[in-house]
Amino acid sequence: MKTNAFAYRRADTVEDAVRIAREEGDEARFLAGGQSLLAAMNFRLDEPTALIDISRIEDLRGVSRGDGEIVIGALTRHADVEASPVIAEHLPLVAAAIREVAHPAIRNRGTFGGSLALADPAAELPACAVALDARIHIAGPGGARAVAADDFFRGLYETALEPGELVTHVTVPLPAPEARHGFAELARRHGDYAMTGLAMMRAPERTRVVYFALSERPVRARAAEAAIERGASPADCAAVADEGLDVLGDNSASEATKRHYARVLLRRALEAIASPETTS
Amino acid sequence: MTGTQSITLHVNGEAVHAHVEPRLPLVDFLREHLGLTGTHVGCAHGVCGACSLRVDGRVVRGCLMLAVQADGATVETLEGLSERVALADLQDAFHRHNALQCGFCTAGMLLTAAELLEARDSVPARAEIRAHISGNYCRCTGYQAIVDAVAEVAANRIGGQA
Ligand SMILES: Cc1cc2nc3c(=O)[nH]c(=O)nc-3n(C[C@H](O)[C@H](O)[C@H](O)COP(=O)(O)OP(=O)(O)OC[C@H]3O[C@@H](n4cnc5c(N)ncnc54)[C@H](O)[C@@H]3O)c2cc1C
Ligand code: FES
Ligand code: FES
Repeated sequence: MKTNAFAYRRADTVEDAVRIAREEGDEARFLAGGQSLLAAMNFRLDEPTALIDISRIEDLRGVSRGDGEIVIGALTRHADVEASPVIAEHLPLVAAAIREVAHPAIRNRGTFGGSLALADPAAELPACAVALDARIHIAGPGGARAVAADDFFRGLYETALEPGELVTHVTVPLPAPEARHGFAELARRHGDYAMTGLAMMRAPERTRVVYFALSERPVRARAAEAAIERGASPADCAAVADEGLDVLGDNSASEATKRHYARVLLRRALEAIASPETTS
Repeated sequence: MTGTQSITLHVNGEAVHAHVEPRLPLVDFLREHLGLTGTHVGCAHGVCGACSLRVDGRVVRGCLMLAVQADGATVETLEGLSERVALADLQDAFHRHNALQCGFCTAGMLLTAAELLEARDSVPARAEIRAHISGNYCRCTGYQAIVDAVAEVAANRIGGQA
């Protein structure tokens, strides 16, 4: 057998999941799409004592339009986000990003909430959540709470989730009709994790430039945001893209290369937004 | 409960009841318990696509799903899909285009290509075919012949109806 032995328990509701998590203790894991967790377990990089299968909690699945916001259930599969007309119409940034998340077969099982909870520094969706000022809704032994995406991601695979807590859904404020979005990543092959990636939004009242696969967590490039708001040229904004950011080289690219990629991606995204044919 | 759990599922049209350990991957259940060895295991961590299966109509990684998670599900493998002749034109095109050599990747390629063709009502461009099979590794053919075969079937199946 590839993995260690573990108990398998299925939760049918959020309350069930929280209760079972309390019973099973700190070495239990929630099982959502399993596309990261089971891969890690097959290599015994993670050896939980119990898996709490939350994938059948129907209430946590699906995308809908709420009052001034879009609601994405934590268990919505990547493929369903990709196919969602609500996402296509209202969240073009997520629509662009989701097609770069892994491969179709993995998107058929991997979930939106799983991607946020995992907090892989090279993942697309956490960066989109920060760029869109999303709020992450959480249930746990202490009740329900919500955290701004920018405060949710703490570090390398580290989030604001406390033991026994699960992500239930994500709310994303509807972007202003004039908002423009930019999404770009550099990866060795289609579907691979990015070497460096960018998710950005330019709206009348706020500008967000967020990088992934650059630091330990998705990071806002505040110098670039300020330059964009000042009306600087794409080249001048790109020149300060990585200013003040901690950049972490990894085996996909060195720190210097990633800094270069960050500047290139921002210039390209700003030029695309500026060109009249671009609608998103 | 680290002991066995009872599951009931449909595999290639037949009801199956079994008692399995929670840690048994679905692909190993199919291969070792049911003798369905058309589905292969390469990397066991989601990268190669050799273990592709259809679960409730969608192509998934058999190495990244537990057999216990398939309780209540409808599973189809290469064997079942071949039997109901769902892949005959793709299999024929793979054969004629030399889109397989050792054949290790072929079951996964066929299922993944079939999913693309079924989802589409227009003929996919070669770049789309490549993107769709990007999660399936082939160490023999260099992909060109595989894309040729899929493109031909796409033109016949979808283009032919127009
Ligand atoms: C070959 C391969 C390539 C990939 N490429 C990419 C890529 O390019 N970009 C990318 O973003 N991802 C990629 N992934 C990862 C994929 O998107 C995963 O599906 C995703 O990161 C995790 O989602 P999941 O639902 O599968 O979570 P799981 O694997 O089930 O869980 C992951 C972790 O999150 C926890 N968790 C899950 N859901 C919740 C919840 N609701 N509340 C609290 N904790 C929870 C689990 O306990 C576990 O610790 C790839 C995966 C593979 C195998
Ligand atoms: S064996 Fe499942 S993807 Fe390689
Ligand atoms: S034919 Fe050998 S791996 Fe594809």
